[in-house]
Order: sequence, then C-alpha cells, then structure tokens
Amino acid sequence: MRKVKLLLSGLLFALLLQAQETFPVNGVADKREGCYAFTNATIVKDAQTTLNNATLVIRDGKIIAIGATGVTIPKDAVVIDCKDKYIYPSFIDIYTDYGIATPTREGAGGRGAGGGFNFNQPSQITSNTKGAYGWNQAIKPETDAYKQFSVDDAKAKTLRESGFGTVLSHVKDGIARGTGTVVTLANQNENLVMLKEKASAHYSFSRGTSTQSYPSSVMGSIALLRQTYLDAAWYKTKPAKEGTNLSLEAFNENQSLPQIFEGDDKWTDLRADRVGKEFGTQYIIKAGGNEYQRMKEIAATKATFILSLNFPQAMDVEDPNDARGVSLADMKHWELAPTNPAAFEKANVPFCLTSADLRDPKQFLTNLRKAIDMGLSETKALEALTKVPASLLGISDKVGSLEAGKLANFLITSGPVFASNTTILHNWVQGDKYAVKEDAWYDIKGTYNLTINTASGPVNYILDVKNATTANVIGKDTLTGRFTYDGKMVKLNFSTTPVRRPGGGAGFGGGGFGGRGGGGAAAAPAGPQFRLSGVANGNSWNGVGEDTVGNKLTWSATFNAAGTASAAGNTTGRLNNTTGRLAKVTYPFDGYGWEEGEAPKQEDLLIKNATVWTNEKDGKLENTDVLLKGGKIAKVGKNLSDANAKVIDATGKHVTAGIIDEHSHIAAASINEGGQSVTSEVRIGDNLNPEDINIYRQLSGGVTSSHILHGSANTIGGQTQLIKLRWGANDEDLKFKNWDPFIKFALGENVKRTTSQNNNRFPDTRMGVEEVLNDAFARAKDYEAAMKADPKGTHRDLELDALVEILNKKRFITCHSYVQSEITAAMLVGDKYGFKFNTFTHILEGYKVADKMKVHGSNASTFADWWYYKVEVTDAIAYNAAIMHKAGLNVCINSDDAEMARRLNQEAGKTVRYGGVSEEEALKMVTLNPAKALHVDDRVGSIKAGKDADVVIWSENPLSIYAKSEKTIVDGIVYWDREKDAEQRKKIAAERFRLIQKMINEKRTGGAGAVRPAEPSFQIILSCGDHEHKDGLYTIDIQEDETVNK
Amino acid sequence: MKKIISIFSLLFLAAGIATAQETVYPAKENKGRFFITNGTVHVGNGTVIENATIEVNNGKIVKVGTDVSASGTIVDAKGKHVYPGLILPSTDLGLKEIANGVRGSNDYTEIGEFNPNVRSITAYNTDSRVIGVLRSNGILLASVTPEGGSVSGSSSVVQLDAWNWEDAAYKMDAGIHVNMPSFINRFGRRGGGNIPPAILAQLGLGGGAGGADPSKAALEKVEEIKSFFRQAKAYLQEPTHKNTNLKFEAVKGLFNKTQKLFVHGDQVKQMLIAIDFAKEFGFDVVIVGGSESFQIADLLKQNNIAVILGQEHALPATEDDDIDQPFKTPAVLQKAGVLFALNDTHDEARYRNLSYNAGTAATYGLTKEQALQAITLNAAKILGVDDKTGSLEAGKDANIVIADGDILDMKSSSISAAFIQGRQVSLDNKQKQLYERYKYKYGIK
Repeated sequence: MRKVKLLLSGLLFALLLQAQETFPVNGVADKREGCYAFTNATIVKDAQTTLNNATLVIRDGKIIAIGATGVTIPKDAVVIDCKDKYIYPSFIDIYTDYGIATPTREGAGGRGAGGGFNFNQPSQITSNTKGAYGWNQAIKPETDAYKQFSVDDAKAKTLRESGFGTVLSHVKDGIARGTGTVVTLANQNENLVMLKEKASAHYSFSRGTSTQSYPSSVMGSIALLRQTYLDAAWYKTKPAKEGTNLSLEAFNENQSLPQIFEGDDKWTDLRADRVGKEFGTQYIIKAGGNEYQRMKEIAATKATFILSLNFPQAMDVEDPNDARGVSLADMKHWELAPTNPAAFEKANVPFCLTSADLRDPKQFLTNLRKAIDMGLSETKALEALTKVPASLLGISDKVGSLEAGKLANFLITSGPVFASNTTILHNWVQGDKYAVKEDAWYDIKGTYNLTINTASGPVNYILDVKNATTANVIGKDTLTGRFTYDGKMVKLNFSTTPVRRPGGGAGFGGGGFGGRGGGGAAAAPAGPQFRLSGVANGNSWNGVGEDTVGNKLTWSATFNAAGTASAAGNTTGRLNNTTGRLAKVTYPFDGYGWEEGEAPKQEDLLIKNATVWTNEKDGKLENTDVLLKGGKIAKVGKNLSDANAKVIDATGKHVTAGIIDEHSHIAAASINEGGQSVTSEVRIGDNLNPEDINIYRQLSGGVTSSHILHGSANTIGGQTQLIKLRWGANDEDLKFKNWDPFIKFALGENVKRTTSQNNNRFPDTRMGVEEVLNDAFARAKDYEAAMKADPKGTHRDLELDALVEILNKKRFITCHSYVQSEITAAMLVGDKYGFKFNTFTHILEGYKVADKMKVHGSNASTFADWWYYKVEVTDAIAYNAAIMHKAGLNVCINSDDAEMARRLNQEAGKTVRYGGVSEEEALKMVTLNPAKALHVDDRVGSIKAGKDADVVIWSENPLSIYAKSEKTIVDGIVYWDREKDAEQRKKIAAERFRLIQKMINEKRTGGAGAVRPAEPSFQIILSCGDHEHKDGLYTIDIQEDETVNK
Repeated sequence: MKKIISIFSLLFLAAGIATAQETVYPAKENKGRFFITNGTVHVGNGTVIENATIEVNNGKIVKVGTDVSASGTIVDAKGKHVYPGLILPSTDLGLKEIANGVRGSNDYTEIGEFNPNVRSITAYNTDSRVIGVLRSNGILLASVTPEGGSVSGSSSVVQLDAWNWEDAAYKMDAGIHVNMPSFINRFGRRGGGNIPPAILAQLGLGGGAGGADPSKAALEKVEEIKSFFRQAKAYLQEPTHKNTNLKFEAVKGLFNKTQKLFVHGDQVKQMLIAIDFAKEFGFDVVIVGGSESFQIADLLKQNNIAVILGQEHALPATEDDDIDQPFKTPAVLQKAGVLFALNDTHDEARYRNLSYNAGTAATYGLTKEQALQAITLNAAKILGVDDKTGSLEAGKDANIVIADGDILDMKSSSISAAFIQGRQVSLDNKQKQLYERYKYKYGIK
C-alpha cells in the first residue's frame, strides 16, 4: 500500500508542474521544466533504428535531444543512468474508449430491447434523441468524444502498464458513432493531454444503445448506413424541406477524418469494406480476430486493420459430455487465434494493434508475445504500436517515434520489450514519469554480505536474493523468513534457527512483512528472530531492526556477487510454438471445410449408364450417359465417350438436375429486418454467411441452388439472394451470377404480428396489409416521376428504388401468403400498379384461387404437407400442389427449413401420393419449376446440353424415401461425395481428439485460470419466423428474436 | 367381391356427400367375421408373409397365414401391403389444436412443477381435426402425453376412432412423464465469433453467470424429483392417511409396475440419471427423446431402458456430427439390442409422417421390417399394450392398415383401408373434403 501512496504523491506533484497559464494557482507558483537526461541506454527510436549507449534528453514534456553521440546534457537536467536499460517510444492504442463513460440504453425493457426484431414486443418507430438530429437513434455522427472525455487515471494506469502512452478514444455506440479524440495517458488536466480533438470518425453495424426498432439486423444496419451516405450527400444541397439536420451535417463534416469501422468478424469486415467502397471511402477496419481464416479476401480489401489480441482461453473439456458441445471450429480457433497478426504480416496487410476486447487488460503484452511466438515479427509488432497508428491519425509529428521535438512519451524496459522476461520499468508520458515496476530497476538478484550489529557485536550472514520477494539467509544453516524489496525499501524478517515449513524449501516466501500475503502460511519462526527494515541504495543497503526481545539494532548489506542469470538483456528464450502441429485453416473454417489446395475442382465428368430424369421432352431416359465439360452439361445420350473426362459408372443409379430450393433461410447472418413494415432497402446479399454447415448438409440432399429469402416480419421485406451451394466459397462467390433480382413480400398473421399482445405497428389486420402495399407503390410511382423530372433535386431513397425496380420489371416478388383473401387482394394491387406477383410462397390456400393466380401469372411455391400450426393454415391441404399443378400453375415444393431442405426430393414425392402427380412432374417441382419461377431455367433445372453442370447422382428413384445422393455436382464440381464424406468424418474425429488432448494438457499444466468452463458452440439457425423448428441440442433457432446485431 | 364393394362404397358415399369433418363418423363395433386376403402381410415382428390371409372375428385377429381359408365377408388385398396399425408413441395429439396464436385451443402444459396427478386423457379431444389426417396415414393409436414442469402427469394410449375420450381410451394412465433438467451450459458464448455475444445475451444465453455450472443446478433439480418419489414411496407404504396426497397416489402404479416412467431427455447425462431412477426405484423406465442415445446404446441395453426417439427427420446435434447422425441412430440402437420406437413430433406436418421417419431409418441401416417394428410392435411393448396390439398376430385387436404399396415410402404409401378393433374406420378427413371441393371447382378428375 505504501508503494501506491508514493506513486500517487508523485503524480500530484506532476500535475502541479504543468498547470496552465489561465488557471489560478492555489498557493505558491512552482513552475518546473522537468528536464531529464537518460544516459547509457539502448534507445529504439523506431522499429528500424536502434542506438546503443545513447542519451535521451527531455524538457517541458518534449524530447529535446537524442543520440548515441554528441548529445549535450543540460546542466539543469536530472540524470538517470539507464545502463542495461532499453528505451522505446510508448505505444499508441487506436481503439479505446478511455475516459468515456460507457453508453447505456435508456428506458428499454424486455428481451427485444437488445437488438433483434421481436414479434412479441411493441415497436419504437421514431428516435428518442431530443434535438435537431436525424431520424434514427443509431446514427449519431454528432457525437464527439472530445466533448465527453475526462481523464480516468485508474484506466490510464492499466494502459500505461501495458506500454501505451497515447490513445484514440471514441464512444463505442451506434452505427455512425461520431468522432474520436487523441489523448495521452498522462494524469494531467484534460486540456493538456488532448493532442487532437477530432482525429477520426467511427462506424459499426451495431445499433448499440438505440432502442429504436429499426434496424434490427445486419442487413438493416448496412442499408441504414448506405441510406445515410445518400441522405448526407443530398443534405449538402441544402434542401429546404429537411430544415436543420445536425446529424447529417456532422456526418458530412466527419468525412475528412480517418474513417474507422468496427468489423469484429471476417465477414463483417468485408461487408463494411464494400459499403465504404460504394461511397468512395476506405475504412480502417477493427478486426475480430478470425481474419486469418480468410486472409485472401481480407487482403483484397486493401484496408488497414486494427487487431485485438483477445485470444480465446482453453476450455475445460475433460468431461467428454462437455467436450461434445465444443465445435472443432472453436477448438481450432483457440489454437490459431494467436496466429492472426502473423497472418496479416505474411499477407502484407497493414495493421495496428489494440488492447481492446481483452478479458484482462493486463494480458496485452503476454498475448502480444504469444503472437510473436506464432510468427509475428518484432519489427512489425512495434510498428503496429507506434508508426502505423501515428501516421493513420496524423499525429506522427508528436508521437510514434523518439525524435527531438516529439512528446516525451517513452518506455524504459529491462530488456528488449517483446522478450518474454522483460519488464516495463517506467512509462513516461509527456515528460512525467509513471513507474510501472520500480522494484525491477535494479537487478537485485545476487548475494550480499549482511552484517547485523547486535549488542553483543556484529553477526554475519550471506543474503542470497532471488528476486524482489524471495531471498535466503545463509549462516550456519539456510534460514527461514520473509523478504520484500519494492525498489527502495527492504524488509527482512528471519529466525536464526531453521524451522521446517510444510512443503516449503529454504527460500523466503515473499509478500508482506506484516503477515500479509503468501508468507502468512509459514509457521511462526522459533528461536531468536530479527526484524530488519532499511533502504537499498544501489549496492549498499542500510537499516535498523529489532530482535525478539526488543533490542534495537542496525544492519548493513553490501553487494557480493551477481546472480547466475541476468534478468536484463535476454533476447533468447523465445518459445517457439510454431514447431508443434497446428490446426489447418480450412474453407469453411469447420470440420467439413476443405484444406488449402484440397477443395474439389471443376472436372470433365462422364456419367455412364444411368436413368436420367431430363425434365425435358425426352422425359426419363434409361441407360443413358451425361457428359459434363467446363462446368456445363455438354451432351446427353447413349454410349457417349470423351477422352479427357473422368468416367463415373452410374449403372442402376438415377441422375437428375440439382434441386433448387425456392424458399430457404440458410447461409445468412440475418434474415428478418422487422423494424418497419416496408424495408425494401435491405438485401440478404449484403450479409451472406458462406460457412453455414447447412450448405454442406443440403448438398448431401442434392440441393445445388437456394433462394435465400428475407423473413416474414413485415409486408415488404428485403431483397433476396439466389445462391449456389459452392461449399468453401466466399460470400460473393456463393451468389448465383446474373439472375433477375427478387424481393420478399409477406401477408397475413406474421406481418400483422398475431402473436403479439401489444402490437403498435401498422398494419394490425389484413385490411391494413393491403394498404401498406397500396401506399408503398403509390409512393414509388410518385418517386419515379419526381426522379425523372428532377434527378438531382430528388432525394434518393433506397427503399423506393427497389419498388421502382418492381414497377419496371427489373425486380420480382416472392410473396409469403396463406389465405385466399389476402392473395386476391395482393394481386389486385399488382394489377393496379402494373406489376405481377411473380411467386406466391407458402400459398397453402393457393388451391382455392389457382384460377386467379393463373390469370395473374403467378408461380406457386408451397409445402408438401404442412398445416394447422396457426389459424391461417387451418385449410392447408396436402393436395394443394397437385390441384395447383392441375390448374395449370407452375408449382414448386420448397423447404423454408434447414432440415427439410435435405429431403426436398422426398417432399416432392409426396405429391405423387397426395393428388396423383406423375413422378416426372413431381421431380420438376423441386428442380425445373423453381428454376422457372426464379427465371433461371435457361441455365439450371434440367439435364440439357448447354445448361450448368448442376447434377445429382442418386442411389435410386429420387422421389423415394430410400434415395440418397451419392454425388452432388455444382458447376461441374463434385461438392458432395458420399465416399469422401466418410473420410472427412475420420479426419474430424482425429483432429477433435488432438485438440481435446491439448486443452486437457493446458488445464493440467497451465495453472489456475488456464481454462474456462466448456462453452457449447451453439449453431444459430435463422428462419423466417413463421413456425417452429426442431434443430438439435446445440442449436438455437432464432425466429422471433432474429439478429446479428451486437 | 360384392361384399368388398359394399365396404368400400360406404367410404365413397361419405366422401361424396360430406363437406365437413362433422359427417365423418366413428365406425360401429365389429361383430362377426371377415377376412383380409391375398395381401403381403407385414406382421410387425419382423416377419413378412406373402399372399396371406387374416381372419378377424368380433374385432380380434383369429388367424394369420397362407393356410387360412376365407369365406363370407372378404377384403381383397391382392397386390397390397397389410400392416399393423401404426402407433404414435408420445404426442400432444388432441391436446394441442393450433399451437400459435390460439391459446384457447391448447391443453398440453399445466402450471406447476409436480403434476403427476394431471391426466392427459381428460383433455383429449376426439374431434381434433388432426386425427382424421393421421388415420388416413395409417396411424391408429397414440399415446397422448402432457408436457411441462418436472413431472408433467400421466399419458394414456388412445385409439383414433372414437366419439369421446372414454371410448378412445385404450390404456389409461399408462405412463408418468418426467422432464429431465438440462445439463448443457447455456451460458456460453461462441469463441469463434460466429455468434455475436449480443445474440446470446438477448436469448438469455450470453454474458450471464460466467462459469455457472449447469450440472449443479440440474442435479439439484434431479434431487428434488427423486425426493418426490422417495416421499411418495414412503406415503404409499401406509394404506390410509389423515391428509390425502393426490400427487403421491398418482404414482402408485410406478411402484407396482402397472405404470412406466417416461423420462424426457436427449443428453447423455439426462439419460444416465434416468438409468439411476430405474436402479433406485425399480421403475420401468423409458427415455423419450434420446437424440444422444447412440453414444450409450450398450448401457441402455444393459439396464433394460427402452427409448422413444424424437423426430427422426432432424439436424445433427453439433456441426461436427455425421450429417446423417439422427437418421442412423435407430440402427445403432437396433444393433445394441435396445428396445426403441420411432416418433413424429413435427409441429407443422402434424405427425402425419411417422411412417416416413421410419422409412429414413430404413435407408440408414435398419431393415424395412425393423423400421416398421419401431412404429408398431416396439411402440406397443414400450407403452404396455403389446398384449392387445402392435402386430398382426392371433389374439390381438384387429388394428390393421392396408396400403397400396410400401408404407414407409411416401410415393407408394396411399392407405386404402384401416381397421381399429375390427371396425373399418373412415379415411376421410377435412383435407380430403377440401380436395374434393376444389377438384369440383376446377373440374379436375
């Protein structure tokens, strides 16, 4: 405790020193220039330049001279001998909220307040922010960190102890977060520590403390940010109707600053980068730590990244039941997370390092050293903490290296800063000293001649000091006692006769002199005892003491010989963790992903002698061959041959076109943007998740394309995305290229929020639903006309843009619908505005209005046999598909369910049973018909020369319950191969075993706190919010509360 | 042949004139003798008899075989497949009409932790619209099961063609149902960053009690449940009581083995606790759910624990699992010799796909007859009604389904006739009626 007091008084002193001119002084003026000279040091000026035996001189908080030679030490300088010490520029943390109060959510209640759309909660349609600000509570570019900043020395101390001297601080809240400010970590008045008021502008996709309902999804946040860029550009034209909008004004002003985006995940990073590029901005991206899993895509952004060193802790997986829930991906990430910085260096992607997100801020250096062990170079590490952030923030004139004229922000260390046994001794900020580990300044390790002057004359011992808390006193015996050294004060308490200590050696367990700390466990010393206290002054120590009977005495100790190993200057001893076997990065990053170079490739394949369901006028062909070349179907016929093609014998097998799921919710980070009744601005394609295991699982069921729909939370939902199930591809490559874009609409119970007891969002009835449609298209018509008349003067609106596309047949609707009244009403709105409802999906009462749908020109996409899970499906019948088919509609069977999608062929088989659809027509309902509904039947949906080689080889009749896909081929690439899958399972088992053993070892050897309880890797299954899903033990089905908002 | 026509014409008549389920009538008691001839008879115990005849008298099966001579009333099943009536082994049928948005139609979860005295049979709605649809898919019996709390109440086996629940009751209060607490740590957050903490927090999974040990809470709950049964056991030693305890009295059958204890749980630890229940109390224990049972099949066998598996058409529990694990779990149990039944708990298809769930199990390792047995005889054994039903054997009730083809495969599984206790039941239902109505509208044949 005394140590702390000492430090505090020192700081108070420093505060007085630099009080500003305009501030009155209470007392007597005490102006000091704080001139110091640090001599004999190894000075690392920057990552490239190291000076040996050099001198650094500072005055008034700045460096005035630095060099190995020719530095004149001013007479008024306090000289500090830094022999064996290293001096570094102190670090810069570009991603903190230092000195900023944690934002809190106001007036929020209930589960839904956290982020996602909730079918059961009332909506908050408008912003709660008071003042002339923008419409959305999550857009707050008007926030300026410099206005909120106040010095917080407790936090500063933690950062200083990790080596930081300067930080960029901002308010981590909202989508547009306003500006960040650069401050030092000196304990001075705010006025003096602020280096740059507005240094950066900050963004994220998280709405943070905003209680407003919109946006409630990743894609909603993306859309809102895009719209804000457009709004801000428009605001520059000073539109009269907008009045004063301080948010947009600030947004525009902030554009000249470095733009920093909180990505926090590899895919989010890419999403952010795309938004930035769309509006001519290159974000600096705060990474999430898993970027090494997609380094190629990350590098392609050309962005600079900010890397956290928050590496996951090992888990306690000794109990196999606990281990079972932990995914291989999570275990691999535990092993590989420390390789993230090295991966950036290797890929030549510029980056900074931050202490953000650490569970324990004190772990920064430990984790940094771990990253260095994993291949990060020390040079890059230092640059990432100095030069890179300084130049990004435009503060290189002040910090980031040690040069005359710059701030006196530097570290004094006991050795090279990244060496594992080096300690930071001092962290000087703006010329003020902050001791980090004063007691390590002198390496006291060694032996000392201890002389105690007792009444009966001097008694001599050898004092063998191991470190600041452990020492042996050697006389006749090696004696017990306690020893502490805090950099200045020495305390020693020992008994002159040896005492056995349980489990202890002869070393003096350290800690507290007064019975505090670890020494408390020691038995009370027997025999005469000395209690000594004194001051260490280099090699000579002096003090006073008392013996057991109260005789006063004095003592002295002089340095005799150094310890065997010096604490300073040790550059060796680096652990080399890279030599052990490490997990492989796979694409995707889970058990079923492909290792680099092992992904299946496009092949020319000749499938021989199969029963081929062509879906063309040839119908079903027996004993037929299909040739796939260059990703396309080249030929269908008998006795085909091709010299270069790999032959697959499919005797007794069935070959069909790949299954196309018209209604799916897999492979996306969010599905429902329910914040408003019209959200045509949001796009599923903005937030694809190509690592959803369900992609692989569905390949095993013969699915090759899926139409990823927005959910059913609102009448006009979001823009959809057609994908091909290219397992291992990135988000962009997953997309089905050159398709007619679609959008999801929804009618009925979900959009009127039947399950909510307190709905306050319009509409609450089907009458209102119809009017939402009517109103939206009336607005779209007007907007289109206004745009034509005055393109520059009209406010661009992404929501209406999408609707205008519908009016112009450039975007097509798939509409969630159930009962005949709403279907009819919707079609009539379409007729009124001259557009078609391309597809009605679910459409369980389609059989009642099949004739009207035929006239309107709609496709139907339905379930085979679902019914009666809510009122609007009371009249749903399994014969629906058959009736609609026979009434002349193009009918599809879809899944809307990650599990059932694996068995869509069999769902189609049900139409044979319910209503007597022919087998060939039944198969078309999951292949050619959805291709037609999606306008891609020129490329997929049948076995025809020229079409994409999206083909499935089935073990038997694909409509049968006994059919299994043996191979599922997309673009001529065999993504699913039942035999290969069996191999993959073995690999997963072996790799899981290895990592579980490694974690168990970590638990046994890592000491207390080495592991945390096993945390199951829950998979989130997103769905439209329409019905329940049963998806297994470690799965969370998000239907009501759907979000990936943080 | 004329007789045959008359049997089937009854149905056509019903379909032709009826426009509402209200005119689908439960069949009258079977009196006298009839024969189902020339069918491929799947006995339900693994045996298949080609060209067999089944003789039924006064609602009971008298003979099954190729040597049975038929005369009088004959149902010709030539080219067809004949099966025992399928059994839905644990269901909310008749208790849950419309799950979402219509609270008033739901009677499957009672308030309170210990409700062994709650009896599902008293709320079973014989007029549920779901029932007719199930009959037409060959499901003729079901065990109607309450949910909720730690001890949910008693289930009863019903037959699916009745005027009211007293008529429907096939075996009353056959099982007491216990819900095992979860041993999975739901406080975790995913390390890989795929699930943002806020989602978990929002779902009540994240952030919270760091390092909270779910096993501890679960074991406390288990102890509470055990304590209930220990006290019940003590109470039941005494024939008379000053203070009657209905809850204790409701579990009497567990101790004298006239009832079974159905323990609902999927996790290994939940199942191990279930085994422990069997050991401590000597109960006949059945696990309901059991998605992880493939890991401890041998233990289940050793301890004579039967399993009613959950929905077969389910995703694997973890992303590393074999992607077809749920499909092949039945084969693991079969191989280990565990007595198990398959179920259909799908809330959207409303349990009509029981036979296709079994079909999938047959695709992934069971033989077709084993798969069939898992939805007939095994279920009957587990529910304690195998003396009356579950297979086509002499002495049992004539609960019989005739299908056009393989009942396990959707494309061939149209049901042409069904008998419960020898009564030929209507296969008409609301869906068929609406089908007829709109075929009429569009002039579809």
